[in-house]
Amino acid sequence: MDLNSFLDELTQKDGVSGYEENTADFIAEAFSPFVDDTRTDNLGNLIFLKKGKSEHGPRVLICAHMDEIGLMITKIEDKGFLRFTSLGGFDPRTLPGQEVRIYGKKIVEGIIGFKPPHIYNENEKDKGVEMNDLFIDTGFSREVVEGLIRPGSTVAIKRSFITLMHNCRAGKALDDRAGVAVLLQCAKELANLAHEAHVYLVATVQEEVGTRGAVVSTYGLSPDLGIAVDVCHGDFPGALDHEVSPLGKGPVITAGPNIHPHMAERLTTVAEEYCLPYQKDVSPGPTGTDARAIQISLGGIPTGLLSVPLRYMHTSVELVDMQDIKIAGRLLAYFIMRLESGFVEGLSCL
Amino acid sequence: MLIEELSRIPGVSGDETRVRNFIKEKLSAWGIKNETDSMGNLYAFKEGGKKNEEQGIMLVAHMDEVGLMVSSIEKSGHLRFYKVGGIYENTLVAKPVRIGPRDVYGVIGAKAIHLQKKDERKKALEVDKLYIDIGAKNREDAEKVVKIGDYATFYSEAVVSGDLLKGKALDDRAGCAALLEILQRDYPFSFTVVFSVQEEVGLRGARVAAYRLNPRVALVLETTGAADLPGVKEQDYSVSLGLGPALTIRDGSAVAHPRVLDRLISVAEEQKRPYQFRSFMGSFTDAGVISLSQSGVATGVISTPCRYIHSPVSLLNMQDWKHLVEITDSFLRSVHEKGLDV
Repeated sequence: MDLNSFLDELTQKDGVSGYEENTADFIAEAFSPFVDDTRTDNLGNLIFLKKGKSEHGPRVLICAHMDEIGLMITKIEDKGFLRFTSLGGFDPRTLPGQEVRIYGKKIVEGIIGFKPPHIYNENEKDKGVEMNDLFIDTGFSREVVEGLIRPGSTVAIKRSFITLMHNCRAGKALDDRAGVAVLLQCAKELANLAHEAHVYLVATVQEEVGTRGAVVSTYGLSPDLGIAVDVCHGDFPGALDHEVSPLGKGPVITAGPNIHPHMAERLTTVAEEYCLPYQKDVSPGPTGTDARAIQISLGGIPTGLLSVPLRYMHTSVELVDMQDIKIAGRLLAYFIMRLESGFVEGLSCL
Repeated sequence: MLIEELSRIPGVSGDETRVRNFIKEKLSAWGIKNETDSMGNLYAFKEGGKKNEEQGIMLVAHMDEVGLMVSSIEKSGHLRFYKVGGIYENTLVAKPVRIGPRDVYGVIGAKAIHLQKKDERKKALEVDKLYIDIGAKNREDAEKVVKIGDYATFYSEAVVSGDLLKGKALDDRAGCAALLEILQRDYPFSFTVVFSVQEEVGLRGARVAAYRLNPRVALVLETTGAADLPGVKEQDYSVSLGLGPALTIRDGSAVAHPRVLDRLISVAEEQKRPYQFRSFMGSFTDAGVISLSQSGVATGVISTPCRYIHSPVSLLNMQDWKHLVEITDSFLRSVHEKGLDV
């Protein structure tokens, strides 16, 4: 399956934090031709192993989270309207008029409703919409709704995968399904490369509610080093240059306290050697990615972070350049191919 | 269903061509004589029985929908836009759109929540700060596929499930669909149906159509905003879904002709069909200009209640729509049989 169709289908699978099962099934199928082993841990992390040539080769963890931000029903009101809270960080102003799928006894479709404009008084008009102003409208009566949905039912935004100009694509959950696509590209590339290292490719759960999947999967695998693959803010009009990275100029290698300096350096060297476009970014503390959990697992894991630039993060029209995804996957594969035990040993001597 | 197909077609005010062509094709296939005028209004002449001696009845629904128009292309390749008609601004952000005759896809993005300052989120997003992203590398790149003046519509798939219909542009494609349903039936008399343009930017098409036809009686088939929603006081609902089509007594543009209104009520009662009165007295419909055409036209309005009009996805109850069709049908027959003293 090519990367485009993979992401198209993957973004149609709903998998809000803590409820990633549907997503995992699809990912497992797509990865299976390229890996030696597939398993799932107790939290739902999906773990693939691509074995290296040498039995004692280094053990590398590369992860991307498969969960997406979503909503959760809190209350069924008169006339069947549903109130909700968020799973992960939504800007409520991006929600009015979104279509959703509610996971009750069966999937129920709905619209995120709002008061019509003529009902607002003058001072309300300039106010940003708040979560409390919003509700989900299924069009069904309270009795029907109560038979299907309960507080705690999860809700995912419905959005098709949109083809824009060139290699640009937009959709929901590309944070971080774009990262999962990077892992798939990496697995495909590794199929044609000789490598010593044993590579654990992990689609993690619950990143959006506190990098929780990464906590247990890193512990469970006890790798020699780890790389988180996530998305970072892409450029958009009015953005501050230092906060964003342009799309289509390659993946972003992050440096900072969350990142082992040798890891950032090696990723850069490999990109240079193989003439892969890349960008650099710095982060002054724990990053908002699985890398923050990986680094402080067990007795400390040397950690790297590779990101795909993405515009409009945490909206349902997240926008990426497919070429950045492909190159990120390739860079990881070359990084793994070049990995020798000397480098790994050196990571612990700072 | 026709109503789903109609909902999916892009047709912003001033750019109704594709809706018109779709309807024209149906009319021609059904052997109904039709013509257009210089503004793009589409007239369907339903003929039956003897040629009417007196001026006839005109039924109207508007083809146009609210949307956007590309106003400039930034150096970066992003598109700035104007609103066409009264789009509810708070629903623009984080939505896909289709632009121009080539249906180029774009998205209306928003600054990521992570990059916002705390107070930013408290303010509504201003429409003049929003833009459409088509993935272009720069202005020249964007100009290969879009141009200033291109119209853009929301992109959402119409879906009927049970009694519910979700989709864009149901205001007033539901009215257009009702008229197409009427036009497929047999009547022993003649009348004219108008699919009007530019309703959403000032009732401009219907003005011309009414002048040209100079009817005696007009009935406007509309889709009206239902506010039967949480956070809204019951007196502000205007209309509710599922209580039958809504009859207008008056709105911001017209007072319904009492004889037309009375007849609508009496045929609904006779047929034991549910109906409700639209209680919001604001906003405008084609009735405003039709009723004032030439020396005046007795005009009424019947509407399908619809939640979230003027947004990317609206919701209506198909039972309401079916009753609207039947009441309109009975109204036509009743006026033919009993006349209407206006």
